[in-house]
Amino acid sequence: MQPIITSQDVKLSYGAFEALHGIDLDFNQNEITALIGPSGCGKSTYLRCLNRMNDLIEGVTITGSFKLKDLDMYAEDTDVVELRRQVGMVFQQPIPFPMSIFDNVSYGLKLNGRPDKNFLEERVEESLKQAALWDEVKDDLNKSALELSGGQQQRISIARVLAVRPDVILMDEPTSALDPISSAQIEDTLLQLKKEYTIIMVTHNMQQATRVSDKTAFFNLGNLIEADSTEKIFMNPAKQETDDYINGKFG
Amino acid sequence: MNAKRNDHLATGIIYALVGIVVIILFGLIGYILVSGVPHLSWHFLTSPSKSFAAGGGIRDQLFNSVYLLVLTLLISFPLALGAGIYLSEYAPDNWLTSLMRTAIEVLSSLPSVVVGLFAYLVFVIQFQIGFSILAGAIALTFFNLPLLTRNIETSLSSVPNLQREAGIALGLSSWKTITGIILPAAVPGILTGVILSAGRVFGEAAALIYTAGQSAPALNYANWNIFDTNSFLNPFRPAETLAVHIWKVNAEGIVPDIDVVSNGTAAVLIIVILAFNLSARYVGNRLYRRLTSSK
Repeated sequence: MQPIITSQDVKLSYGAFEALHGIDLDFNQNEITALIGPSGCGKSTYLRCLNRMNDLIEGVTITGSFKLKDLDMYAEDTDVVELRRQVGMVFQQPIPFPMSIFDNVSYGLKLNGRPDKNFLEERVEESLKQAALWDEVKDDLNKSALELSGGQQQRISIARVLAVRPDVILMDEPTSALDPISSAQIEDTLLQLKKEYTIIMVTHNMQQATRVSDKTAFFNLGNLIEADSTEKIFMNPAKQETDDYINGKFG
Repeated sequence: MNAKRNDHLATGIIYALVGIVVIILFGLIGYILVSGVPHLSWHFLTSPSKSFAAGGGIRDQLFNSVYLLVLTLLISFPLALGAGIYLSEYAPDNWLTSLMRTAIEVLSSLPSVVVGLFAYLVFVIQFQIGFSILAGAIALTFFNLPLLTRNIETSLSSVPNLQREAGIALGLSSWKTITGIILPAAVPGILTGVILSAGRVFGEAAALIYTAGQSAPALNYANWNIFDTNSFLNPFRPAETLAVHIWKVNAEGIVPDIDVVSNGTAAVLIIVILAFNLSARYVGNRLYRRLTSSK
């Protein structure tokens, strides 16, 4: 397995408060990695380091090394905007832009200067198919995305990220705001997507982690406790702490 | 005293207070309309005003008011847009930006006579622009700027932060996120603010007396050369607006039909401002629907 992202000794502080205490974690190409752990353990914070979303927060300092293939993600001359095109992100809440379905999905491409209409149409169709939404919306692509259901909106958000063709997709609890049926659809979508993309997802739902992920990393109190194959983590974890968490003794 | 009676009492007082506000409002508007509308006619709206004889209209004043409004918005909107974007999207939270916000608040509460005299001294006298629409538009920009800046800032800030993050995470620069996602989402709010501030500009008189002047020289609506003194588009000519006309006719008018002219003008002014206010809501809603789903 080829690691696509490697990170070493990642420390992050908000002002004087250190939230991550040195994380070493790698992610393999075309795998789904689940980041689990109790609330406030730093898993989302870590995830947001991977496309430098934490840069938007004032007073954050990040040390350690992040590499996307050979690219040093935090080097002075790294183009952050380009990096975020390669490492896309889907959020906890569906975030449709206030515009039509077609415009939502094609927006990233459009604003990045790909105005060719045929190209956009192809890419929108392809992305909506990958996000398993095409059949539901293909007849009214001009409808406002705000009129769709929550699950559909979340798949729009996924399709929008896919349209930019990233290498890696980060997902921050992508199903926690959705009902069980929509969640199951998103999970199916993820299993399809990993053929072409590398997915790193934060989840609070341990069944979800076991259903979709290849690898699981368990965080607690700003430390990475254990990272291994999902099967190993859930059947036979190396650390007692991990065992306690997945069996619901805390968190 | 028991809880139920207190509740009735409080509700009654609240209704009474609301009633007073509504009665004053409708009383004023009703009085102006009732005494002014009967004097309105096509002739009144389309003929020039007269200095001595009866039967003058408000053609030039009406046009001047609209033209002044357009010029004011042309000057103030780009400035306010830039300032609003800066305050909402870029400004850090520190003493300097909070000083700027306070300064904007103060600017919006300056008495209009003071602003008028200031503009008179600086633009009319010092810069030798003379009594002109341009000087009037600059003076009105002082009122308009804080209102518009505030409105644009609030409209932009009320767009959920998630939209910004989603744009950034999509690999858009912050500038493209602002212009491509945040600004379109804020357009209905911004437009409502523009129309409401336009109402204020339209009704302003005091500041204009010293800047745009109180005379309405004969205009030639067929002359499109903006540098000709009698061209209706010339921004350097003096221009009496509707509100100033009302003040002038009442203060020093010697036409025999003062009541007809001033009541009629007041009615036109109120109707236009009401139309601005009502259309603000309508256009805002329409535009939001247009923007959120492409046809």
